[in-house]
Amino acid sequence: MNVKTGSYLIFRSVRPCYTRALLSLRSPCRGHRQSSSQPPKHAKRAERTGFSPAASSKYDWIGPPDRLSNLRPIIYHIPENETPLERKLRHLRQETEDWNHEFWTKQNFTFTKEKEEYVQSQLTTKGLSERDDDGRKRTLSSEEMAVFYKHFLDKNITRHASYNREWYRRNFTITLMMARVTLHNTWRILTGQTRGTGREKGRTT
Amino acid sequence: MFLWEGLRWKMRSLLGVGVQLKLISNASRSHMSARSLIQLCRKNQAEWITFQHLCFLKRQYVMSSSGLCQRAIPKQESVTAVLDDRDDSVVSQVQKIPALKPEPATKALPSDPAEPEAARAARLEARQWKELKVEYSDLPGIYARLAKLKLTALVVTTAAAGYAMAPVPFDPVIFLMASFGTFLSSCTANSINQYFEVPFDSNMNRTKNRPLVRGQISPLHAVSFAMACGIPGVTLLTLGVNPLTGFLGALNIFLYTCCYTPLKRLSITNTWVGSVVGAIPPVMGWTAATGSLDPGALLLGAFLFSWQFPHFNALSWNLREDYSRGGYRMMSVTHPGLCKRVALRHSVGLIGLSALGPVLDVTTWTFPLVSLPINLYISYLAFRFYRYSDRQNARKLFFCSLWHLPMLLLLALTCKKSRVPQDEAAVAPSTPSVAL
Repeated sequence: MNVKTGSYLIFRSVRPCYTRALLSLRSPCRGHRQSSSQPPKHAKRAERTGFSPAASSKYDWIGPPDRLSNLRPIIYHIPENETPLERKLRHLRQETEDWNHEFWTKQNFTFTKEKEEYVQSQLTTKGLSERDDDGRKRTLSSEEMAVFYKHFLDKNITRHASYNREWYRRNFTITLMMARVTLHNTWRILTGQTRGTGREKGRTT
Repeated sequence: MFLWEGLRWKMRSLLGVGVQLKLISNASRSHMSARSLIQLCRKNQAEWITFQHLCFLKRQYVMSSSGLCQRAIPKQESVTAVLDDRDDSVVSQVQKIPALKPEPATKALPSDPAEPEAARAARLEARQWKELKVEYSDLPGIYARLAKLKLTALVVTTAAAGYAMAPVPFDPVIFLMASFGTFLSSCTANSINQYFEVPFDSNMNRTKNRPLVRGQISPLHAVSFAMACGIPGVTLLTLGVNPLTGFLGALNIFLYTCCYTPLKRLSITNTWVGSVVGAIPPVMGWTAATGSLDPGALLLGAFLFSWQFPHFNALSWNLREDYSRGGYRMMSVTHPGLCKRVALRHSVGLIGLSALGPVLDVTTWTFPLVSLPINLYISYLAFRFYRYSDRQNARKLFFCSLWHLPMLLLLALTCKKSRVPQDEAAVAPSTPSVAL
């Protein structure tokens, strides 16, 4: 047994209560969990967010805004006998969420960092210290900050434009796929097929 | 030998058989027999150690076996939220600690019995994990926020004013259908706008409590709601009122969702497009009444168009940081001089437009006179904004614009040119209506 699997097992054993839920809800490829060299991506996400929903829950769960990206993470419910289309949708949503999180984390971090650097450089040019006599941090006026805001926007225009395009494309794709899944499920209910038996039989979409 | 001590204490601090198994495998690498290791561990169960000692030894152990570097992070280590270039698992550990203590949250939120503030409840709610289940009792509130109900109400008011200003006898049925159709179209446009802007809204303080950001409904649900409003709305306008109004309604939805919303992140021309979007509802009201695009309709549209600039430029002046971080290209951020000039220009332009009222036979000559005080006041505030460009003046201008518009429309309504020849009381002498 290699070290990484061992460390994963340790981690599982010290976490309270929800290991069973973790197993049933998190692994996209059931049964592969033990032999994988790394914990599946969803398990990593659950560790990252520090939350696991109850095993009996049939819904997705949405969490508080992330500290860095301000986006809310979602833990997706994996139904039994998930169809390939539903799985594709879930993976796409997960991937989009991670991609979004990465972009906004980087954006917010870069913005804050560059803003600090700008304030420092401005204060240095003026010959002022970082903190005033009361010990509070010095801030610049809105006009001085406006120069930085404009510069930040101009510097990142191509990045923002390409993010925009990609986001719109993903959003449309996800929504269309959600519509297909909903229609498919409705059709299955209407034609009286249950999830277990009617799989792949009468797919119309 | 020291490493050996470290191994022993390490095992005590962690639970689980897996640890022992791992240690055994490590021990075998260190050339010690497994049996002797287990025997040694079992002997010393009763001994106590201090936590600091434990952590120190743990660190020693971890550093000597590189594969465990990811896991040994005791809680006292200070973590910063700085991202570094190491792999994702380390970053995820860094992020984990500042996050909430994991709560096994159930469906019901903790109720705050003596807490009157809805804001505090919303703030507490925002910190919890929530099940993404649609509560049917919440739906009206959710839809109201999705459709930006207050903004929609303002839009319907301007459309109603457009209808009322038109020189035709008042028909309550057409009036109601036009108003309702405009209401539905506005709901559609606002819902699609929110659907497009979820990640941006999450990052701005003003918009982070919107329904899609909070996950109260799914994106598909929002789009379905938008279509359920838009299709009946435009159909009602086209069939129930007239095709021109229906066309204008559809055009407005298109301009707002497909032009203004994407343009917000690409170019400052979004403000001008947005002003056209705001100008169309009164035109729609007028065309609902007369069925044609008269100069009077265009004048009312021009009022709204010009009004948008002092209104929006003043609002955006105080949101510059949020816009910059969110990647929105607004005049106030990228072209501040232009922003102030345009606001001033259009505020003064309102005076000129009011003077056009009697010229185009929409209002009597009293209208430019009675509207002069409020127009002068908003121009004065726009001038102060232009001159001093600070937060205070921007805020004053914005709040003035909020009451200026309803007042202007009301005055126009009271000074409306009467079309009834017999009516000679208080209204200016009637002239034959300028019909096209």
